[in-house]
Amino acid sequence: MSPTPTAAPAIELIGIDKKFGAVHANKNINLTVAKGSIHGIIGENGAGKSTLMSILYGFYHADAGSIRINGQATVIDDSQAAITAGIGMVHQHFMLVENFSVLENVILGVEGGALLGRGVSEARSALKRLETDYGLEVDPDAIIEELPVGLQQRVEILKALYRGAEILILDEPTGVLTPAEADHLFKILGVLRDQGKTIVLITHKLREIMAITDTVSVMRRGEMVATRRTTETTVEELAELMVGRRVLLRVEKGPAAPSDIVLSVRNLTVKDGRGVTMVDNVSFDVRAGEVVGIAGVAGNGQSELLEAITGIRKPASGEILIHGKPVTGFDSARLRALGLGHIPEDRHHMGLVLGFEESENSVLGYHRDSRYGRGPLLDLDACREDAKAKIEKYDIRPPNCRLKTANFSGGNQQKIVVAREIERDPALLVVGQPTRGVDIGAIEFIHRRLIAMRDAGKAVLLVSVELDEIRSLSDRILVMFAGRVVGEKTPDTGEQTLGLMMAGIAA
Amino acid sequence: MSTASVPLPNWITYGLMPFLNLVVAFLISGVVVWFIGESPLDAVTLLLQGALGNGEGIGFTLYYATNFIFTGLSVAVAYHAGLFNIGSEGQAYVGGLGAALASLALDHYVPWYVTMPFAVAGAAIFGAAWALIPAWLQAKRGSHIVITTIMFNFIGAAMMVYLLVHVLIVPGKMAPETRVFLEGGQLPKLDWLIAMFGGKLGPAPFNVSFLIALFMCVVVWVLIWRTKLGYEIRTLGASPTAAIYAGIPYVKTVIITMLISGGLAGMMALNPVLGASARLQVEFVGGAGFVGIAVSLMGRSHPLGIVLAAILFGVLYQGGDALSFDMPKITRDMIVVIQGLVILFAGALEYLFRPAIVRVWQRFGKA
Repeated sequence: MSPTPTAAPAIELIGIDKKFGAVHANKNINLTVAKGSIHGIIGENGAGKSTLMSILYGFYHADAGSIRINGQATVIDDSQAAITAGIGMVHQHFMLVENFSVLENVILGVEGGALLGRGVSEARSALKRLETDYGLEVDPDAIIEELPVGLQQRVEILKALYRGAEILILDEPTGVLTPAEADHLFKILGVLRDQGKTIVLITHKLREIMAITDTVSVMRRGEMVATRRTTETTVEELAELMVGRRVLLRVEKGPAAPSDIVLSVRNLTVKDGRGVTMVDNVSFDVRAGEVVGIAGVAGNGQSELLEAITGIRKPASGEILIHGKPVTGFDSARLRALGLGHIPEDRHHMGLVLGFEESENSVLGYHRDSRYGRGPLLDLDACREDAKAKIEKYDIRPPNCRLKTANFSGGNQQKIVVAREIERDPALLVVGQPTRGVDIGAIEFIHRRLIAMRDAGKAVLLVSVELDEIRSLSDRILVMFAGRVVGEKTPDTGEQTLGLMMAGIAA
Repeated sequence: MSTASVPLPNWITYGLMPFLNLVVAFLISGVVVWFIGESPLDAVTLLLQGALGNGEGIGFTLYYATNFIFTGLSVAVAYHAGLFNIGSEGQAYVGGLGAALASLALDHYVPWYVTMPFAVAGAAIFGAAWALIPAWLQAKRGSHIVITTIMFNFIGAAMMVYLLVHVLIVPGKMAPETRVFLEGGQLPKLDWLIAMFGGKLGPAPFNVSFLIALFMCVVVWVLIWRTKLGYEIRTLGASPTAAIYAGIPYVKTVIITMLISGGLAGMMALNPVLGASARLQVEFVGGAGFVGIAVSLMGRSHPLGIVLAAILFGVLYQGGDALSFDMPKITRDMIVVIQGLVILFAGALEYLFRPAIVRVWQRFGKA
């Protein structure tokens, strides 16, 4: 690294403009990030945050505008140039080789010569130095897939630092972390800043922005709408800037009126494809007129529990009953016929076929119904009429049922799924990560729909890794850790308590 | 920079890009022809004249195209379900047995149009049956359909040779083939169709199977895009996890899809067996099953595209024959090279020019 004048900002983006076809992803963006600071960038999905960072990291070329790093005009036309300029990126989805050790991952691409020996020993001492400098402790010989996600993320940060990064970009870094792990990450980021590194944090979680950043910029529809000092703004102001109108961060709801048991899970054990027990002897009930939330860090068996209840995965043992009728091992078509609605965790792989037209997705799972065509025929006009009604009611944009589903934004894709499942008026609605990758406006809408289902006397089972979401929607909270339900709490339980339970520390 | 996700208008994806690929394939073929000392321009003229220059040439071209339409549809239906059916070759071969048995049984007693539905059913049922075991193995045991269908091509070929040499052969004859079907067991030629356009069919074996093939194109289109089964097939092909989510039964859908695919491949046998040679012979499929893969790829698994691609390959087959006849330096093997280039560019490298086209489109297309 060449010595730089301390006065120059670490990053200056000047007049960055980028179009993808008809979509104007970045409109004349100006951004200045001071050296040695943590700068947050927030915005809804599709606001242009990722595009902007991809331009900074050399994945995309801006149509117009320039980049200055440490006061010097810099051309970044690929990620190699970004690394040379001292920029490192920690992606939302880790770019690690799972069956390599930490050390092997860190030196990947910078092995230094055809023979590994020297590079490895140099890397080992460099890692030791980084460890002591920044408090980034990881066993260099541990295999990645055996590490918890929090540590895997630390390896990503180490990779960037090992390559000499002075500027770190983190894209939604806390999505997979427990609250405790997130707090630890923030501590590390604090240390890095104090050592003079510059950090850009992309997130849609306002709480994180308030907790860690020095300055924050808000993007909306491709434009940089505001930059604030974090100490001089509020969560409410930022939310309003992001959405462009006032938003309710907590959904308003009256007390629940639970009645008959709709779903019963008895001693359910579920194994994954490798035969590892993911759900271990779990029992609970969900009654009509209540929302039961399942809190837990991703990977503690919630996904497998959902899959077993919705007929996607066969349980190893135990029993599932709907309205007292045993339904264990039924496939999803039979369960749907019994009044089960399912908003799956992963809309891209399950809830939707992205290559289909919107109208085709609006009947997925219900396509055998006689209203969508007599006998073996599929009546496309009926599907389209049905889709149009849902588009209208759920304000799905753009309002075009012939458009390919992949061309809708994340929030609107999720609305397609939500509309399809809720409009069939199921007695039991099973919901996984209803607002993952969904913008704030749509989150508010989906939350209100789920509460409306509850108030209409439906049973709702909600799984989410967003603790805020669980707490604001649920009437009862079950906490899962390592495949077991480790406790039941009321929604007014403190985040700290729940966080500890999710980490398996206190039951 | 990634251009894979940029949407392009249909006329570019389905018109301009295949056309460009074809032009490049022919340019490179031209270079090959030039290398062996012939004029590429003369060669292309001879090829087109041989394939499309007169009624007989057109008759042969459409005869070959008929084979490729059937096998192309067969591959396409399986492909919509995410299954790669490499076994159309063997399914067509065994389908020939079904068609021939119908003709042998009925040709003494009834006219061709009574035999035809039985022959169609026989061909389809035998072809489907030959796809059943690979389908079942894929659906139940996860044995890869590519491997099993390839193996069934060999088993089918060996079985057919055995039957023709030991069972179906006419006693006292040397050739491993059935007796010649009487007129009641043949499919008539379509000379009237060529005559309508003022041509003469001559000895070309262009026959009623062509119309059956076109009819099956409509059937496949309805099946894939207008039925609930077709919806399930497409869902399974596009996203197996979404199919489970939607309660689409994997085993049943895979088996039904492969039966339809095998049935379509089997129906290809009608064309050479009942339409052209009026007997069942060894090796009558002659690689049409494999050409069907290229035809389906090039036709983007859509019946209309398959018809166009099948005619293109028909032109290459018939024109290639004419070319090797008139230009002795260009042997049959050279024609295979040219066909290989077309398959390479139109099938395997179908997105070769996409990034460049996307860039041009982004710059000028939006004006």
